[in-house]
Amino acid sequence: MSSQPASTPDSGTGFTGVAIGLHWLIAAAIIGTFALGLYMHELPLSPQKLKLYSWHKWAGVTIFLCVLLRLVWRLSHRPPQMPAGMPAWQRKAAEATHVLLYLLMFAVPLSGWLMSSAKGFQTVWFGVLPLPDLLDKNQELGDLLQQVHMLLNFTMAALVIAHLGAALKHHFIDRDDVLARMLPFLARTTGDIE
Amino acid sequence: MKYRLFGPALAGAFLGIAPAAQAIEFNQFQADKSTLAFVSKQMNVPVEGQFKSFRSKITFDPAKPAAARAELEIDLASIDAGSKDANDEVAGKAWFNTREFPVAKFVATSVKPLGSNRFELTGKMAIKGRTQDMTAPVTLRQEGNSATFEGALVLKRADFALGEGIWADFGTVANEVHVKFRLVATAAATATATKK
Ligand code: HEM
Repeated sequence: MSSQPASTPDSGTGFTGVAIGLHWLIAAAIIGTFALGLYMHELPLSPQKLKLYSWHKWAGVTIFLCVLLRLVWRLSHRPPQMPAGMPAWQRKAAEATHVLLYLLMFAVPLSGWLMSSAKGFQTVWFGVLPLPDLLDKNQELGDLLQQVHMLLNFTMAALVIAHLGAALKHHFIDRDDVLARMLPFLARTTGDIE
Repeated sequence: MKYRLFGPALAGAFLGIAPAAQAIEFNQFQADKSTLAFVSKQMNVPVEGQFKSFRSKITFDPAKPAAARAELEIDLASIDAGSKDANDEVAGKAWFNTREFPVAKFVATSVKPLGSNRFELTGKMAIKGRTQDMTAPVTLRQEGNSATFEGALVLKRADFALGEGIWADFGTVANEVHVKFRLVATAAATATATKK
C-alpha cells in the first residue's frame, strides 16, 4: 500500500471514482452474499436451496474478482491522506483494519471455494464456466473448511462493524471529511456552505 | 530369477491347457472389485455418486456371448449421492422411496457382439415399480480367469419417477443421470457373491 507509481492522482483530495464505485459495489455484494450464506445454510434440502448455494458461490467468485481488480487499482492509485489531526494510534488502527479487510476479502471467498472443492461440489461460475477444484474430495476437510469459512466471515463482519463505527465517528464526532470522501453526496451537507 | 520365471511359466501352462480342457465361463461375481457409479448434474455442476451394495449373477462364455445371462440387484439405501443431506433426501418418497422399493433390478434380455470385445447389452431396468428397456455398450477385458465388464448408460430419472413434486423440474437437477458400471466375474463353478 506504499507504492507511488507515476499515475498517482493529486493525493489528498480524494478517491478516484473507480475506487469509490468498487468500494460500494463490493460492500453491497459482500453484505448480500453474507446474508444469503446465513439464510441458505438453514434451509432444508430443496431445489431452491441448491439454487441459492449456486448463486452464493457465483456471487462469491465474482466478489473475489472484483477485489482483485480493486487491489490492483489501489496499488496504482494512492488514496487520500488521513486527516491531519488524527492521533497516531487511530492511524495505526485504521491502517491495520484496512489491511485485514483486504486480506479477508480474499480469504473469505477462497475458503468457500476450497470448502466446495473438498465437499465434492465443483463451482461452475454462472452455470457456465467450471472452475478447477483446488482440493480432492475429503469430507472431514470439507467440514473443517466450512468452520473456517464461517469463522473468517464472522471476523470480517466484526471488522466491517468496526470500520463502519469508525466512519460514523469521523463524520459525526470528529466532523472531518473521511466518510464524505467515500460517500460524495454527504460532502454538501457537512461541508462549509460557501 | 527362478522365482520370476515361475509365474509366466505357470500362466503359460494354464493358458495352454484351459481352452483344451473346456470353454471358459465367467460366472462368479466379484463384489469387491465391482463398482456402480453415477454422475448427476445439479445447477449444471456434475456431482458424483455410487451404490455400495449390489449383487449380480453373471454367466458369460466368450465363445457364446449371445447366450450370456446377467442380472443386477442394487440395494438403493446403500447410495452415496455426494453428501449426507443428499443421501437422506434420495431415500425419501420423492426419490427412491427405499422403504417401499428397497431394490432396483436389471435383467439382461440380449447381448449382441459388436466385435473386438465390445457388446451391446439390452435389458429391463426396474426401479420404484417402473420398468424400462435400457441399452448399454459394454467392453470386456479378460485377464486369466477374470473378466471385467465396463459400460455406461444414460438413465432419465423421470422415467422412474425419481424426483417427484418440487424436484420434478429439470432446471436444478437434470433429468439425465450418467451411470457407469464395472462388473468383475471370475471363472469358477460356484454361484453368486454378495457385496456388502
Ligand atoms: C465475499 C464472499 C463470501 C461471503 C461474504 C460468504 C459468506 C458466507 C456465510 C455468512 C455463510 C454461512 C456460514 C454458515 O452459517 O455456515 C456461507 C456459507 C457458505 N459459503 Fe460462502 N461466502 C462468500 C464466498 C463464497 C464462495 C466464493 C464460495 C464457493 C465457491 C462459498 C461457498 C459457501 C458454501 C458452500 C456455504 C455453505 C456451507 C454449508 O452450509 O454447508 N462462499 N458463506
